Amino acid sequence: MVHQYKNNGYNIVLDVCSGSVHVVDDLVYDMIAMYEEKTKEEIAEAIRERYGDEYSLEDIYEAYSDIEELKSMGQLFTEDVYKDVIIDFKKRQTVVKALCLHIAHDCNLACKYCFADEGEYHGKKRELMSLEVGKKAIDFLIENSGNRVNLEVDFFGGEPLMNFDVVKEIVAYGRSKEKEANKNFRFTLTTNGVLLNDDVVEFCNKEISNVVLSLDGRQCVNDVMRPTRNGKGSYDVIVPKFQDFVSKRGDKSYYVRGTFTRNNLDFVEDFKLMTELGFKEISIEPVVAPDDADYAIREEDLETIYKEYDKLALDIIERHKSGKPVTFFHYMLDLQGGPCVYKRLSGCGSGTEYLAVTPTGELYPCHQFVGIDEFEMGNVFEGIKKPEIVDDFKLCNVYAKDKCKDCFARFYCSGGCAANSYQFHGSILDAYDIGCKLQQKRVECAIMIKAALADLEEGEL
Amino acid sequence: MKRIKTLTNKTLNSTVVKGGCGECQTSCQSACKTSCTVGNQSCENK
Repeated sequence: MVHQYKNNGYNIVLDVCSGSVHVVDDLVYDMIAMYEEKTKEEIAEAIRERYGDEYSLEDIYEAYSDIEELKSMGQLFTEDVYKDVIIDFKKRQTVVKALCLHIAHDCNLACKYCFADEGEYHGKKRELMSLEVGKKAIDFLIENSGNRVNLEVDFFGGEPLMNFDVVKEIVAYGRSKEKEANKNFRFTLTTNGVLLNDDVVEFCNKEISNVVLSLDGRQCVNDVMRPTRNGKGSYDVIVPKFQDFVSKRGDKSYYVRGTFTRNNLDFVEDFKLMTELGFKEISIEPVVAPDDADYAIREEDLETIYKEYDKLALDIIERHKSGKPVTFFHYMLDLQGGPCVYKRLSGCGSGTEYLAVTPTGELYPCHQFVGIDEFEMGNVFEGIKKPEIVDDFKLCNVYAKDKCKDCFARFYCSGGCAANSYQFHGSILDAYDIGCKLQQKRVECAIMIKAALADLEEGEL
Repeated sequence: MKRIKTLTNKTLNSTVVKGGCGECQTSCQSACKTSCTVGNQSCENK
């Protein structure tokens, strides 16, 4: 399968199943589009009809032989040969390697789009995780992680800093177990910033490998969607704290993460503001909201968003040119050293190797399923009590989803988010259509940026 | 190939043999939490 598109003056050819990416001229671009349907002579005739004398027959035949060479090298028109290996892979005994700890089902903001219902998760009680539950979660992870060395624990909420003392003690407990268990914990934390202070900054810089800082961008945008519980904007409270945090972060990882909605489809302005505030690692994601929410992304917004993603891609290239690069999470792409095909096709791991833990220790397939009773799988004290849920999620891979079969982006999104699929279609084996279209556009932009940066390296830009 | 510039010659097929160790980061732990992105992740088994 080949996916061709033009963006920012580049003719890009993605050989989907090998992952090879080629930047080609107009002649080769058109010939590749005809290659599987026509003979060499028919292609030559069609090219002469389209372009007149612009290309000689020699040019055309030379281009044709180049296309054939790429094909023979397994870099063009390759077949999808992974189905059986992925299905076998997914049947294997899985181990748990990552937990999302819902350290606080409570929040000091009242963000309008919050899928966690401001910490209540489908009407459940507001509560904090006890240290006892946190320690049991660490024990559960170690016991169920087999030979995996690298284990991940994310402190999530609600707002995890509302239970910061327990966060610190869980980290200390995890560290105390690393050596004897031969494990390496990577702790991450997502915060709205309200409770950031010197103690938190110092702790995070020592122990937390990645911190996600939630900010939507411009004050007018942020404060509409991310008010405090008494209805005031959060921007003035959190921005100085985030700036202070990032200034002390050194080379440790962080993301300033925003959500864009129908209210700010011009989210490049929010991205630019974040850079002006001094942030260099940025993620801005489309809101996932019920269709009836007035801020939900609609089908009719897609063209506007595509243009905005194009604009963002050009901005990213310009920043590279000026020697001041900024990372945009969804445009990061490692063409040479990216993940293996198993990772690319077998899904995000929710329900199998990645689980969420509630404040009282119940296990769910991921943070987005928390509070939906039919997905409660067990608890950290007794382990998995409903293995059938694990089995359902095991089957969740791109080959189990009809919509993914012919999608060029399936090697980049791994079949999409199971929770989004469930929210919109009532099944984890479907896909959230708007999310898919935006993902496809982002992949196209990310590859185009790679083409531009390759030119930049060669001094052609 | 004067009309073709190949940006990556590493093919996914080559990762079938060595891949699948599972030591890499869980995609949702990185920054997104609302989508699924794996193409930007790094392999920890090079």
